[in-house]
Amino acid sequence: MNKFVAVAAVSALAITASAGVAAARDQIRIVGSSTVFPYTQAVVEEFTNMGNAAPVLESTGTGGGMRIFCGGVGVDHPDITGASRPMTQGEYENCVANGVDNVTEVLVGYDGLSIAHSVSGPDLDLTEAQIFQALAAQVEVDGEIVPNPYQNWSEIDPSFPDSPIVVFGPPPTSGTRDAFVELVMHDGCKAFPAIDALEGDARRDVCDRMRTDGPFIEAGENDNLIVQRLQADSNALGIFGYSFLYENQDTLKAVAVNGIEPNEQTIGEGTYPVARPLFFYIKNAHRGVIPGLQEFAEEYVSENSFGPNGYLHERGLITLSDADRETTRATVAEGRHFDRHTN
Amino acid sequence: MAVSTAQTTPPRQTSDRAAQLRRRRYAADRRLKFFGLAAIVTAIALLGILLGSLILTGYQAFVQTHVTIEVAIDPELVDRDNPASGNYRAVVADAVQRLFPEADDPAVLQEGSRIVTNGAQVILRNMVVGNPGLVGTTFSLQVPVSDPYDQLTKGVIQRDSPENRRRLNDAQISLYETLEERGLIETRANWALLFNADSRFPELAGLSGAIVGSFYALLVCFLISFPMGIAAAIYLEEFAPKNRWTDIVEVNINNLAAVPSIVFGLLGLAVFIQLFGLPRSAPLVGGMVLSLMTLPTIIIVTRAALKAVPPSIREAALGVGASKHEVILHHVLPLAIPGILTGTIIGLAQALGETAPLLLIGMNAFLTSPPGGIMEPATALPTQIFIWADSPERGFVARTSAAILVLLGFLITMNAIAIYLRARLERRW
Repeated sequence: MNKFVAVAAVSALAITASAGVAAARDQIRIVGSSTVFPYTQAVVEEFTNMGNAAPVLESTGTGGGMRIFCGGVGVDHPDITGASRPMTQGEYENCVANGVDNVTEVLVGYDGLSIAHSVSGPDLDLTEAQIFQALAAQVEVDGEIVPNPYQNWSEIDPSFPDSPIVVFGPPPTSGTRDAFVELVMHDGCKAFPAIDALEGDARRDVCDRMRTDGPFIEAGENDNLIVQRLQADSNALGIFGYSFLYENQDTLKAVAVNGIEPNEQTIGEGTYPVARPLFFYIKNAHRGVIPGLQEFAEEYVSENSFGPNGYLHERGLITLSDADRETTRATVAEGRHFDRHTN
Repeated sequence: MAVSTAQTTPPRQTSDRAAQLRRRRYAADRRLKFFGLAAIVTAIALLGILLGSLILTGYQAFVQTHVTIEVAIDPELVDRDNPASGNYRAVVADAVQRLFPEADDPAVLQEGSRIVTNGAQVILRNMVVGNPGLVGTTFSLQVPVSDPYDQLTKGVIQRDSPENRRRLNDAQISLYETLEERGLIETRANWALLFNADSRFPELAGLSGAIVGSFYALLVCFLISFPMGIAAAIYLEEFAPKNRWTDIVEVNINNLAAVPSIVFGLLGLAVFIQLFGLPRSAPLVGGMVLSLMTLPTIIIVTRAALKAVPPSIREAALGVGASKHEVILHHVLPLAIPGILTGTIIGLAQALGETAPLLLIGMNAFLTSPPGGIMEPATALPTQIFIWADSPERGFVARTSAAILVLLGFLITMNAIAIYLRARLERRW
């Protein structure tokens, strides 16, 4: 029995001893969007291979990352958060209220959102208005705003196949969902005069809401699950990041949006309409305090990383133009503070 | 038995109604037996489907395609006195050039360099740092091929599918086939899966970080919940008066065992991380959260084990003049230990598979090296599976299943130890 007491005592000592050491932090902590995660992952791995202390990278989602990032200044709070949309004003104010009042916003590149289905399905070319008609909770029929009556693709346009509308997509908590609503649904609802005439909350109520009567299925945050369900059902469509389509070209094909299929070229040029910017945010108060933070940020925006032949591009990031990359690099080098109050 | 007796005994004079009743009762027996058997068969079939699908998708991750490259460590590129900061990128580029001696088009070499894993330079650096004598020598080395080519070799990417539906185009495949013809491609056991830490490249990703992280978390969990659980159980079983308060404590411990684990995760986040200021992602916090889960289990098992020790042993010890603590520590507890250990191992096995609370306290970080201690950021096996399941690369599909099989392997081992201990040490009175 004495042995147990000894083990317990020793372990208690060890725990308190190491707790004292942990006060200072020698590695970078990164949280944030699951969309930015694979890119940051690549930078982390390169950065570590260059002989630096391995940063700790956690995928928390854009919103969750902002909450932790804006929690305060000091070693207990992360240094960088990734975001698949710009920081909102509410998040900015929360940051400032917690003393995080000097933050650099870094635009890294673009990420395509693809709508895809099984290769055995028919080729599809949808406009944003048609996607809106298929997926919105309320649509316009004969000038009236009514609950979505469409159950089959052929009801939207007779040239479409006579198959039921089945679309797997991300849940409301996901940044991908926010991006999809903003990039597709908002544009789509402009095509309908009665909806376009609405203003403020009434308009947002129609343009933002996805239908919940069955055809649109929230499939969770895991894009691989959506990919598997599309492989099993040739009628179903899915909404997910372009990198998942790229990796699964043998079983999935893209749905063209406004006549344009997603690929590196169309997303990079900005002709494919469903592409969103990716950001990361640096806490400037931690520069010079957390070792390697500045170097890490510079590695992230080096030509070797986010340039046209860099390793982030290999992972599927759509790179910025030469001029924009210069701007981004200058922003990082100067640690320029951005101010969300002004816009 | 009953049926055969009924048939072999000479027919007695019974009414039709009695015979009918008897038949019905036998039929009911057979139905009950059938339903029981059907339930077991269904359960086994479901388990078989689960394991079968895991093995079917996961077995490919236990092997990895390798390519043999010839490496010359040029002393101009790598300094013998400071091998860590050598230019290994150039060394690998040189090795790729040797791989395609007839190629002089830089574009072909660029494609060729994509066949060799991106981590080749790190593998080389680690080798040379470990053995600086390699500087200036030329040797051949097997390195993993990058994931698309690995998937091609394993037949996941099919060569005969149309070019625009393949991750690799015809030129890339024919370049790779020249290597295959020269016998430089070999598929062998993928030890990296167990001994490498996580990586963004499937061909390099492994579970060692997660295994070490899980080990530390379980160690902390054991060190907290085992002594505390036993002490609490001894008090409740041997000292506590039977009154309303101890009843309430008892009911609450039983309830605690049934609380969903995510609740403990939220508690850990709010108390251990935000209030106590312990670091996120650390196995210490993970172990503390898991110990909240295993503690009630251990208390319940320990109490049962203490209760199973016959009163005669306590009375005999008391009778020869032992004091209460001598009775408990010298006689009752040692006799109860087998039962306690079995319960503890099963509780720990449960904790090993727990995911939800670990996600909340940040033990799902991407880390390229195993943790060095309980305060350092770590992942655990189930959270590693969670991360891999969410990765786009094809190679991670098989690796996710393989990681689940590894986790199941650990669980089966722990349960086997529990069964062994019970069989060897258990005493009957």
